[in-house]
Amino acid sequence: MKILNILTKIDRRIIFLLIFFGVAFPLLVTINFKLGVTKNVRKVYNMIEETPENSTVVISYDYGPSTKPEIQPMAIALLNHAFRKKLRVICVALWPMGVQMCNEALETALQYFPDLKYGKDYVNMGYKAGGMVTINHMAKNFRSTFPTDEGGTPIDEFPILNGINNFNKIAFIIGLSAGDPGIKQWVQVAHDSYGKPVAGGSTAVQVPFLMPYVNEQQQLTGLIGGLKGAAEYEKLINLPGFATKGMDAQSIAHLIIIMFIVIGNIGFFASKKQKN
Amino acid sequence: MRRQFPLIITFFIGIVIIISEFIPHKPFGQLSNTFYGWFLIISGFAIILGQLSLFKINLIKISRKAPNWQYYIIALVSFSIMVLIGILWGTQKQPGLLANTQPLVAFFGRKPFDYLFKYVFENLSSTMFSLLAFFVASASYRAFRARSPESTLLLISAVLVMLGRTTIGTWITGWVPESLTYLHLPNIANFIMEYLNTAGQRAIMICAGLGVVGSSLRIILGIERSYLGGK
Repeated sequence: MKILNILTKIDRRIIFLLIFFGVAFPLLVTINFKLGVTKNVRKVYNMIEETPENSTVVISYDYGPSTKPEIQPMAIALLNHAFRKKLRVICVALWPMGVQMCNEALETALQYFPDLKYGKDYVNMGYKAGGMVTINHMAKNFRSTFPTDEGGTPIDEFPILNGINNFNKIAFIIGLSAGDPGIKQWVQVAHDSYGKPVAGGSTAVQVPFLMPYVNEQQQLTGLIGGLKGAAEYEKLINLPGFATKGMDAQSIAHLIIIMFIVIGNIGFFASKKQKN
Repeated sequence: MRRQFPLIITFFIGIVIIISEFIPHKPFGQLSNTFYGWFLIISGFAIILGQLSLFKINLIKISRKAPNWQYYIIALVSFSIMVLIGILWGTQKQPGLLANTQPLVAFFGRKPFDYLFKYVFENLSSTMFSLLAFFVASASYRAFRARSPESTLLLISAVLVMLGRTTIGTWITGWVPESLTYLHLPNIANFIMEYLNTAGQRAIMICAGLGVVGSSLRIILGIERSYLGGK
């Protein structure tokens, strides 16, 4: 009786404490659980691998600091991969705080590529309000949508943007998003209306909503979902980072949650049996 | 006229945008481009309007001493500090009103706005989001009960996806031979996400899409007028 009561009425502070230690411990002590690579992540990797050198690509930073722990590792991994493949990266942001996210990701990624030049190999065009309409306008007239970069320098001064008037010379677009506007809008405009390959990286909670776009029509070429997706990408480019470390913490946290679900149900069934 | 004029503008622009999707040539293509440009300008103003509204609402709540009014003071002060610092010393590559930022940059290691953004706002924001883990854990324990066949199905699929979407899934079923890969937890989780979830999501998306078409037509034709305000 007493045990049953305990099982169904565990104080939430105990749950909080266990989650705290479950998350903190793997961050302090590396466990390194084995990690496989899912096909949707590999598709994004293959898209970058198969793009010819010196192609220009767009990466959109449509997230803010709240989802930074989940999305920033994939942003850094993608930038590293793109720079390694000698691709030129145009960064844009449909979220106001995406500009800072982009700069921070660039700062980390450029540690491995100190010779790359701003304006020649990569550029940050900054934030533009309007979501879907901005993408549409960008596809029709990139230069009037972004007449300057984030610092106010006219785009004619950047060699990377020579001849970029619309999406014609863009090899692919990757949307890193935590909501609206984000990947959905990139798919609906850049892929569906202009036929550009679009891949995405999102928070894990968004994956179920975006999965229908990963289909035979390749509306989304691939999708990196949450911290696990980021860790898989880090594994693919052989550059373990925060996501790889964070995955252990997330795995332990999930395990604790499952453990409590099981305990709750054991208590529930036992008390139900007793009542009957 | 105050209500009719916006209705006429909405009707005209809505029709032109729809036509331009099918006939992207002159004059529709040009007109829709111009309208998109206008939209971007108006969106910029909407941000300023939003900030002013935030300021006004907070001030009203403080002056009326609404419940927890002290928090609104903190919100207002934080908002004002960020705006002021951004305007005075600029942000990242954007210059501010004050030309000499070097001493502050030397002291903080970056511009004051960027310093506050990186070391205060980002951490607070991430912390707020991370707290969800604690509440999700507590809520799962209380709510995920196999009370009915439906909730049991939900429970099983949730546990399978939770395990499959982490490294634990690979660890638990890593020993399963290659011929039985469909029994690997990550593959089971992928199956649930790709087929069962996608089927349901598509149905919702199609319904939502039809709903958007319907409500857009109602707005363009002036049947739905709530966006104009009033009754």
